[in-house]
Amino acid sequence: MIAEKLGLFRSRLGWIVPLIIMGGTLLVAALNLLLPPDAALHVPGYVIALLGKYLCYALLALSLDLVWGYVGILSLGHGAFFALGGYAMGMYLMRQIGTRGVYGNPVLPDFMVFLNWQELPWYWYGFDHFAVALLMMALAPGLLAFVFGFLAFRSRVTGVYLSIITQALTYALLLAFFRNDMGFGGNNGLTDFKEILGADLQLAGTKACLLLASAALLSGFYLFCRRMTRSRFGKVLVAVRDAESRARFLGYRVESYKLVVFTFSAVMAGLAGALYVPQVGIINPGEFDPANSIEAVVWVAVGGRGTLVGPIIGAILVNFGKTIFTGVLPELWLFALGGLFVFVTLFMPKGVVGLWPSLMARLAQMRERLGYQQPQHQPEAEE
Amino acid sequence: MKRLVRAIALLVCMVIQGHLSQPAVADAVDDSLAGFASTSYADIEKAVAALAATGDPAATAILAALADGRLAYTADKAVFIKNEDGTLLTARTGEPLAGEAPFGLKPVKVNNKVRRAVDAAMGQLTLSSTDPAQRLASAEAAFHAPDPAQLAPIEAALAKETDPRIKTELEQARAAMILAKADASDNDKVAAIAILAARGDQDAKSFLNAAANQGSGRVAEAANAALAKIDRTLAMWSAAQSFYYGLSLGSVLLLAAIGLAITFGVMGVINMAHGEMVMLGAYTTFVVQEAIRNHAPFLFDYSLLIATPLAFLVAGGVGMAIERTVIRYLYGRPLETLLATFGLSLFLQQAVRSIFGPTNLEVGNPSWMSGAFDLGGLTLTYNRMWIIVFAFVVFTVLMLVLRRTSLGLQMRAVTQNRRMAAAMGIRTAWVDTLTFGLGSGVAGIAGVALSQIDNVSPNLGQSYIIDSFMVVVFGGVGNLWGTLVGALALGVANKVLEPVAGAVLGKIVVLVLLVLFIQRKPRGLFPQKGRAVES
Repeated sequence: MIAEKLGLFRSRLGWIVPLIIMGGTLLVAALNLLLPPDAALHVPGYVIALLGKYLCYALLALSLDLVWGYVGILSLGHGAFFALGGYAMGMYLMRQIGTRGVYGNPVLPDFMVFLNWQELPWYWYGFDHFAVALLMMALAPGLLAFVFGFLAFRSRVTGVYLSIITQALTYALLLAFFRNDMGFGGNNGLTDFKEILGADLQLAGTKACLLLASAALLSGFYLFCRRMTRSRFGKVLVAVRDAESRARFLGYRVESYKLVVFTFSAVMAGLAGALYVPQVGIINPGEFDPANSIEAVVWVAVGGRGTLVGPIIGAILVNFGKTIFTGVLPELWLFALGGLFVFVTLFMPKGVVGLWPSLMARLAQMRERLGYQQPQHQPEAEE
Repeated sequence: MKRLVRAIALLVCMVIQGHLSQPAVADAVDDSLAGFASTSYADIEKAVAALAATGDPAATAILAALADGRLAYTADKAVFIKNEDGTLLTARTGEPLAGEAPFGLKPVKVNNKVRRAVDAAMGQLTLSSTDPAQRLASAEAAFHAPDPAQLAPIEAALAKETDPRIKTELEQARAAMILAKADASDNDKVAAIAILAARGDQDAKSFLNAAANQGSGRVAEAANAALAKIDRTLAMWSAAQSFYYGLSLGSVLLLAAIGLAITFGVMGVINMAHGEMVMLGAYTTFVVQEAIRNHAPFLFDYSLLIATPLAFLVAGGVGMAIERTVIRYLYGRPLETLLATFGLSLFLQQAVRSIFGPTNLEVGNPSWMSGAFDLGGLTLTYNRMWIIVFAFVVFTVLMLVLRRTSLGLQMRAVTQNRRMAAAMGIRTAWVDTLTFGLGSGVAGIAGVALSQIDNVSPNLGQSYIIDSFMVVVFGGVGNLWGTLVGALALGVANKVLEPVAGAVLGKIVVLVLLVLFIQRKPRGLFPQKGRAVES
């Protein structure tokens, strides 16, 4: 019964979430662009960049929730897909610098000139066209996820084992991208971007557009995931999560379902990374750090796994907390984050979103105690 | 070099205190000393050669002082050695000068040419020393910088030498000189090449390379053949060295992973804070060493022996506390356990960072762990060797605990069939706590060992956690033998690939191979069999 109620609650939220996201970002962008800097309601530029960052994280969390919350694959390597998409965008932005780099080389990015490279490596070809770069933002993470998933799911690597090898995957990529001779800028990564699609990245208007683009992408993917999880396909995914063997015995090709969702989720993460890079202005191998991927998992856990709005709320809440904490009490941030991990897993298995129904149930109980006649609910909804 | 010269000088000074030189030589010494009282470098150089030719025991001290710029002279050609504390010695006798410093004391000028002359002269002087160690040192010096002009003194020394080691060294020095000499006969050069080929190290190679490039037909041929032979032996030794490094890395991995093999392998708990248990062990070592430094410095050599049980208790205690407060509520939910323990690892890291600071801490090596010894062409460092030994001891003890004690029996019973074990009266909850404590404690012990070879910082554990998981998964869960084989195989594979592919790429290759391996055999090298597997 609670589950039904939860369903109703979610269905109402379905259109509300994109509306809130789009409306909110439009309002913020307008306050930033239209008001003079000294107006009381003016939103400073850094808030725009910060919000854009949060929305990209939210999209990453959404992609992670799709595999963890709905198919039960806990990926500890989603940061790798995010970073790969980011690198694809970074490569495009590097090529847009052209002769404005420190060394003024029209073809080679600065770090290649610095390393005495004579010509562009083959895998950088075509990145001066946005269409090619866009394709690669989806293709690079998607292809990696496809190959990896194909191998892993076919040989039925599941549960914790899968989590650990996804972690090894992002760790190996971290090491690889740290190398200078990989041709991705090594330790320093790619930075010093000038413009995207001909628009100066320093301009307030460009930043606002990027924020709106992030909001639009997030909303679009949210609606798409909503459709997907409510379809027959989505029901099979949940079946795979809850009883994999049973789903297999019923004749579903569990591996294929997993592979499709895993690859799709990687593409989502890649696009999130691609939008993240122009807004923060840098991509470096640190994004591959396994700790980042695990942090993304905690956003999902805080928000509530297995719901689509949960990861969005979780990512924004935790990152907002991180911004506040690292500004005021940088020492305490890791204590807070560590504590959050433990607290959420022990006391809030359904996350923030899960608090709502249990709050309603508590309320109903109280009313009942006060003498109201209400239909009874079990306080805990079983999965 | 400078240090050596100083040590020699000091030695000679002490010898001089007792002995007075013979008068016949004394005149020649006086004459050569007078040569130092000059502003011309050429004169000084000549004086150096003349002094060395006398073979006088005082000569070494004088030359050493000259090289250090501590030799001074007055207008009436008296020469003095200035000690570092400012006192003056008469150069001739080495006795302290009584009374005031003489008027108009000027330092003898030194340039690089003079310094080279001093070095050559020193080599010549020490070749005839009565101390074998000194003779060996100077023979080595002559080998490393062969000067054909020095051939005669080397041959003279060779004729007198009785110590076989020094004799070989001298022969090799002579061979190097002959190769460097333009007018030596081909026969001599081929014989010299044979001697150098027998030495067979990098230094010999560089001389042989020179000979192969410059020499005439026969000499070049012989040199090339010798080079090829040396290359083969060197390649063999370097392979052996890689293997040793691999073994050493493997035992480090074994230490880091074996605790995990208990908590993850036996209990099925994913403890992401395992690395932090290792870190706690390393910090315990640091605290123990600090306490010893401050209160009982004479115990320093035993610091690791004291730290080992303490690290076990500290890490084990923290592990038990974590099990009682967090993990207990998450049994059967491995993914949640993973997240919660990751949170704990962040918490512990930050706690240590707040207490000890974010920087690397200095953990000292006891004397028996520093240094190295040579075995054939291998250089084995003591700390690596002890860690290999230590890893195997820990492994054996753990094996005994699991196989021969009642706790081990109960642990195995609980892992295999929890409800049946409970029905037999085993307190399963308590066994869980103890098992987790044991795994964490072993991690703490690993930290003691790692503090000797790695930086002790709050991130110490993080760098091992992924490797440790790989080892356990590779070896097969629930099987300590698998962990042993997995750790050593991974360590050796890493180090053997390193010279071929480079350190980072080698590691990436190993990781990718591992991921592929897990796809092929999801349950590792030695999979568990039986009904317990599926549950």
